[in-house]
Amino acid sequence: MSSVAQTPAALGAPGLRQEPLPPAGASADARARRWRFAKRIGGRLLGALFVLWAAATFTFFVQTLLPGNRAQLILNQQSSQQQTYTAAELAPVEAKYGFDEPIMQQYLDYLGGLVHGDLGTSYQQHLPVLDIISEQVGPTLVLTVTALVLAWAMALATILFTSRRRRLVSSAGSGWEIFSAGLPYYWLGVILLVVFAIELQIFPVQGGTGVVGLVLPALTLAIPLAGFLGQVTRDEFEKVLDEPFVTSARARGMGDFQVRLRHVLRHAVLPAVTLSGWALGALISGAVIVETVFARPGIGNMIVTAATARDVPLVSGVVMLVAFVYVVANILVDLAYAVIDPRLRA
Amino acid sequence: MSSLASPPNPTALGRQPSQPLLWLRRLRPGVALAGALVAFLLLATLVPALLTGKDPYAVDLSATLQAPSLEHIMGTDQSGRDLYARVIYGARESLLIGLGATALSMALAIALGVAAGLGNRWVDGIVSRGLEVMFAFPVLLLALLFVAVFGPSAATEILAVGIGTAPGYARMVRGQVLAVRDSGYVEAARALGHPYGSIVRRHIFPNAMRPLVVMFTLGVGQSIVWASGIAFLGLGVPPPAPEWGALLNAGRPYVTQAWWLEVMPGLVIVLFSLSLTTLGRHIQQRLEGGISR
Repeated sequence: MSSVAQTPAALGAPGLRQEPLPPAGASADARARRWRFAKRIGGRLLGALFVLWAAATFTFFVQTLLPGNRAQLILNQQSSQQQTYTAAELAPVEAKYGFDEPIMQQYLDYLGGLVHGDLGTSYQQHLPVLDIISEQVGPTLVLTVTALVLAWAMALATILFTSRRRRLVSSAGSGWEIFSAGLPYYWLGVILLVVFAIELQIFPVQGGTGVVGLVLPALTLAIPLAGFLGQVTRDEFEKVLDEPFVTSARARGMGDFQVRLRHVLRHAVLPAVTLSGWALGALISGAVIVETVFARPGIGNMIVTAATARDVPLVSGVVMLVAFVYVVANILVDLAYAVIDPRLRA
Repeated sequence: MSSLASPPNPTALGRQPSQPLLWLRRLRPGVALAGALVAFLLLATLVPALLTGKDPYAVDLSATLQAPSLEHIMGTDQSGRDLYARVIYGARESLLIGLGATALSMALAIALGVAAGLGNRWVDGIVSRGLEVMFAFPVLLLALLFVAVFGPSAATEILAVGIGTAPGYARMVRGQVLAVRDSGYVEAARALGHPYGSIVRRHIFPNAMRPLVVMFTLGVGQSIVWASGIAFLGLGVPPPAPEWGALLNAGRPYVTQAWWLEVMPGLVIVLFSLSLTTLGRHIQQRLEGGISR
């Protein structure tokens, strides 16, 4: 998320000086404002805790809906056979996974485990879920962060160069945004794969985790996201271009590109920054598909295998982790907002 | 789609009221193309045999993995089955999954959005928090969780896509209800002493629900894209059903030798979703009484 927070902040402060500066001797006022800001952040943290608790509760009770006897499922997964076990054979497995305890006790154990970072034990691999995830998380993190940075770069470049230009240019820009935002990851990925890896042979078909292998997967993830961010930003950008402070900047003799970069953009990115927190969910969904298309190792590839094998704790472990990342990202977005727009600190 | 596009343009009413098919000439080419494609695929769901003479299940081992040609316009798969016929016959199930998921999503969204919009501060707070929780579950991960628990099936796809896409729509419905509730005409109705129930029934509900027509059209396209994504991962309807996502999944092992197995069904999904978006936007402009560009 750091790219989101830093890009607009790095553009320099003068963009937002159109409101009067606070009068001198306003330190009490400033303290009250800081207090209000802290209270808002505190409220957000409480809300985040609530979301995590509710997500954990939902995930736990969905797991208990698993049809049939869970101990039986686990034993069948171990032996990869379909057979019925006697109660005596099932008992040790039930004891190991805590299925013999009352449901409320299991629920409390699950919540307690989460607090300590224990996401449960995989049915299939018999390893702690967290260990399996942390082994696989690296490539996925690299992929999603690269894609997010790339998407922002593409969206901002398209906006800066095409919005409110000649009719042909600006409609080409917005048309591209609408089209690319609707592209499904699986289709875009296959097209890029067929064109650049199979026909032109510029990139490897199975890239592994190296830099060369990252290009096509990251592009696949970034192009629809760039279209989406661009759509949101363009509306705002064109609205801000009509603001009086833009006219006044132009009247001071500032060049068109400078006005766009220093004054307009800073305002226009706000809605898209908010949506970047949401976009994280889309990115992770996308990563699942992209890793399958390019046979790239990572969380996405692993969770598909786990879902096919009906390894419920592993799947729900990833789901909980994603919920956690989502919640944290949205708090960071809130903070980024305050950095970009000082008015919100009041 | 013609019935939706047929109300004449209000500006045209005064001048040439009696000219038949006026709306057809006023139709923009993009909208017409989108309408034609949607009509074509709707026909495919009803009478697929009309659009292709081939059997989607007929194995022909002398013609496996053939590139698109006049004989097989989308090529053939590893068993020599005609891909175009499979796409046409798969339209019904794909569309039903898309419709089912969107209907579920809309029903949830309306229930939650209306409750939040009309309820007091507490109800609104609880529902809004609940929506935040739902936002923390990306559609695809929800689908993976459901597949792990319930096993892969069309019902699992519908459930996952329906629940996963609901919070976004619910937020829109809530906003809409709030906007209508605070509007001038609702205030006027209240001042006239109309009972609350009839205000909700006659003013708030119809006006807040109108944008949903557009959202539903766009939503079906989106749902099909999501459901195909789930099926692409091999977690959807099991083979040999020619459902579009299942076609994508079946073609995956052959992508290095037979690009059409992936590109063609994907193209149909993208064009269909794009057409629904175009039609949805067109309907939106009509409903808002705006001048179509």
